[in-house]
Amino acid sequence: MSGPALRLAVELDGDGAHPAAWRRAAHAPDHLLTPRRVARVAAAAENAGFTLLTLDDGVLPPGAAPDTVGRIGAVERAAFIAASTSVVGVAPVVPLTYAEPFHVSSQLASLDHISVGRAGWVVGEETRPEAARAWGRPLVDGAAARAGESRDGVEAVRALWDSWEDDAVIRSVATSRYLDRDRLHYVDFTGDTFTVKGPAIVPRPPQGQVVVLGHPDLVPAGQLDVALVTGRDLVAVATASAGAGTPRTFAEVEVALDTAHATAEERVGDLEQHAPWADRGRLRHIGSAAGLAALLERLRGVVDGVRLHPLVLDEDLPELSRLVLPHLFERRHAVRPLPGASLRTQLDLERPANRYAVAAARSGEETR
Amino acid sequence: MTRTDPLDVPRPDARLHFGVFFQGVNHWTIWSDPASGSQIDPASFRQVARTAERGLFDAFFLGEGLRLREVDGRIHDLDVAGRPDALTQLAALAAVTDRIGLVSTSNTTYNEAPDLARRLSGLDLLSEGRAGWNVVTTDNAWTGENFRRGGYLDHADRYTRAEEFLTVARALWDGWKDGATSGSPGASTWAAPGAVRQVRHQGRQFDVDLAPTLPRSAQGHPVIFQAGDSAEGRDFAARNADVIFSAHGNEFDDALAFAEDVRGRLVAAGRPEDDLRILPGTEIIIGATEEEALEKKRWIRLQQVTPATALGIAGLLWNRDFSDRDADGPLPKEDPVVAENDGSFGARRIADPRKVVAEWREKAEAGGWSLRETVIALGPQRGHVGTPAGLADRFAHWVRHGAVDGFNVTPYLIPDGLDDIVDLLVPELQERGVYRTEYTGTTLRDHLNLREPLTHRSSADHRSEITR
Repeated sequence: MSGPALRLAVELDGDGAHPAAWRRAAHAPDHLLTPRRVARVAAAAENAGFTLLTLDDGVLPPGAAPDTVGRIGAVERAAFIAASTSVVGVAPVVPLTYAEPFHVSSQLASLDHISVGRAGWVVGEETRPEAARAWGRPLVDGAAARAGESRDGVEAVRALWDSWEDDAVIRSVATSRYLDRDRLHYVDFTGDTFTVKGPAIVPRPPQGQVVVLGHPDLVPAGQLDVALVTGRDLVAVATASAGAGTPRTFAEVEVALDTAHATAEERVGDLEQHAPWADRGRLRHIGSAAGLAALLERLRGVVDGVRLHPLVLDEDLPELSRLVLPHLFERRHAVRPLPGASLRTQLDLERPANRYAVAAARSGEETR
Repeated sequence: MTRTDPLDVPRPDARLHFGVFFQGVNHWTIWSDPASGSQIDPASFRQVARTAERGLFDAFFLGEGLRLREVDGRIHDLDVAGRPDALTQLAALAAVTDRIGLVSTSNTTYNEAPDLARRLSGLDLLSEGRAGWNVVTTDNAWTGENFRRGGYLDHADRYTRAEEFLTVARALWDGWKDGATSGSPGASTWAAPGAVRQVRHQGRQFDVDLAPTLPRSAQGHPVIFQAGDSAEGRDFAARNADVIFSAHGNEFDDALAFAEDVRGRLVAAGRPEDDLRILPGTEIIIGATEEEALEKKRWIRLQQVTPATALGIAGLLWNRDFSDRDADGPLPKEDPVVAENDGSFGARRIADPRKVVAEWREKAEAGGWSLRETVIALGPQRGHVGTPAGLADRFAHWVRHGAVDGFNVTPYLIPDGLDDIVDLLVPELQERGVYRTEYTGTTLRDHLNLREPLTHRSSADHRSEITR
């Protein structure tokens, strides 16, 4: 199968996708939560040629109790990474189940300013009841209620991003006006459980709207730029992708590669002694770099990109960087991001018109 | 000028601390000058933070906005507005600075304690112990309209919630035993067994039960700043804060009286009187001569108080719309309209406007001032004006006599408004021995010469009691 070149994303939380990944990491546990580590992994992903890196998050500790693993908040990590990289897109996972949409909107818009248009957002969910106690908020009970919070939250956040028109800062010395208040808008959002007045305190993000990624079963397709689609095989992925109804789709792919020291099977087997690598219904490649490249080539035309979840970052990222990505770039099966381009541009997504500016222009025409 | 004899002063070894406040909404940051840069471009933040670091400042501060300012129900359009989320911006600055403290103004009313505590921990780890938190509160429903809570807290509950917020945050920050995370790749578990303590708190404001996800930073906890000036605010600071921002930085006597009041409250709260740093906010205007500095001040005030801003300020005082008046003409003849304070931000009114207006009229007449000149002359007189040597002498006197521990400087220009302070004033202060010549520590707590976090001290006392 063939199609447009793939965009490549990688998930960089912790030491890798496996809950026991830290046991094979090239560093001691106390090094995970340091700025050097955060910057180094991001630099490796950027240099390898990934278009986007994502950072998982949630209020509860990653990994199963009692083996607690620490985790710095994804928004803070993303901002730190945005300032220490120059090309790669940066997308934190931010759940809206309990968070304040107004804060989330400000944080992500700020990330877009900090990264000069490289911000993305993976809409997450806090599914476990313990998360409510950890937040100190009433439980959002059941899938439907959670979906409602996500839906309303994303809508409010997106409205806030538009609440400043691009040119709202006019700095008119002649009239002493810093802002044109007609280009600022109350969003007056009313959802099932909350309202937001607006406007935002952060000027409109450079991309107009930060790129929103998420799983189509959690977030309405109409609010996503990129659907993260899952399926255990190509047919399932193709079906999910075709039905996503979003501008772009990315396949979720879990990978464990052969290394000079151990085969992929051996590496997975080693970690499985400590904890299971839970089956989340995703494509999973355990084997050679060439085999992964072949799998990804078959995904061209099925999806617009892939998000890789490496078993152990310290082991798999070098193999991806050395063997898999160069192979794909050489054959133009995947593309490296262009310096200076926004994440939207890298994903071939248009910069959205501002809903309020459009409305204002329309009503202006009507009165003429 | 003769140097003060060190034996005559109460604090001969005192050092001045500087912070820089990158302001959000305000009319003190001049945006109309060609040298004025972007208020949102990351380059502006980077440049100010790096200049401050070059000047060996203790900290870089960001304010927080939770709703765009309004006057009489309309968005205020004259001042600088639009800013990044403070903590997010500071996490980015952690990547491009090495030593300077990074202080986030974050509200306890519209945040949840576990969430904000975790974000602050993350900033503290990413900056290797340089995070600070300026604890602020809100009580108005107007801001609440942007949040799930929707309503507001009673004025009296602001500090109740803030204090409970801090209790929860500190419990989370102390939730990991020191050395909990293994330094060996071959460890049997990621964190030592039993090293992470579940935090359970049930109170009026917070009901939480969670495992903290982060260890302590190099400085233990983020440094706590507090800015309220009321008796309540000062007591809150005396019980909880490491640093107090004040508005008492213009007159020596006033600054000293404030400092002595705060020190008294500290002792009453059971802390040593030198346990809190006092950093008033200020503006510093430097000229090669006194005359040049005064001329520069005049120019700065005219840029800050534009005709429209002068009319806006007069409009608030009179509670009338003066936007069509001539700011360079005389004061309006009308009497002010006295309105009830409805609690919304835009309607923040002066207690007795008739009295203030009468005073303005009297002084304007005596000085022959226009409305705009009156607004400038009678507005808040903030800041210090002078030559580098004159200012250094003054600041050395202030800090050695315990009136302040330093200043939190608000530059009137972004991004290069700190340059003359760093290039001209700092060397004069260093020459007088009241300013560091290098960073001697790596954390914000080190820079401010603070003791370990309050909760650690009490637990250390507790431990020593047990061993005794």
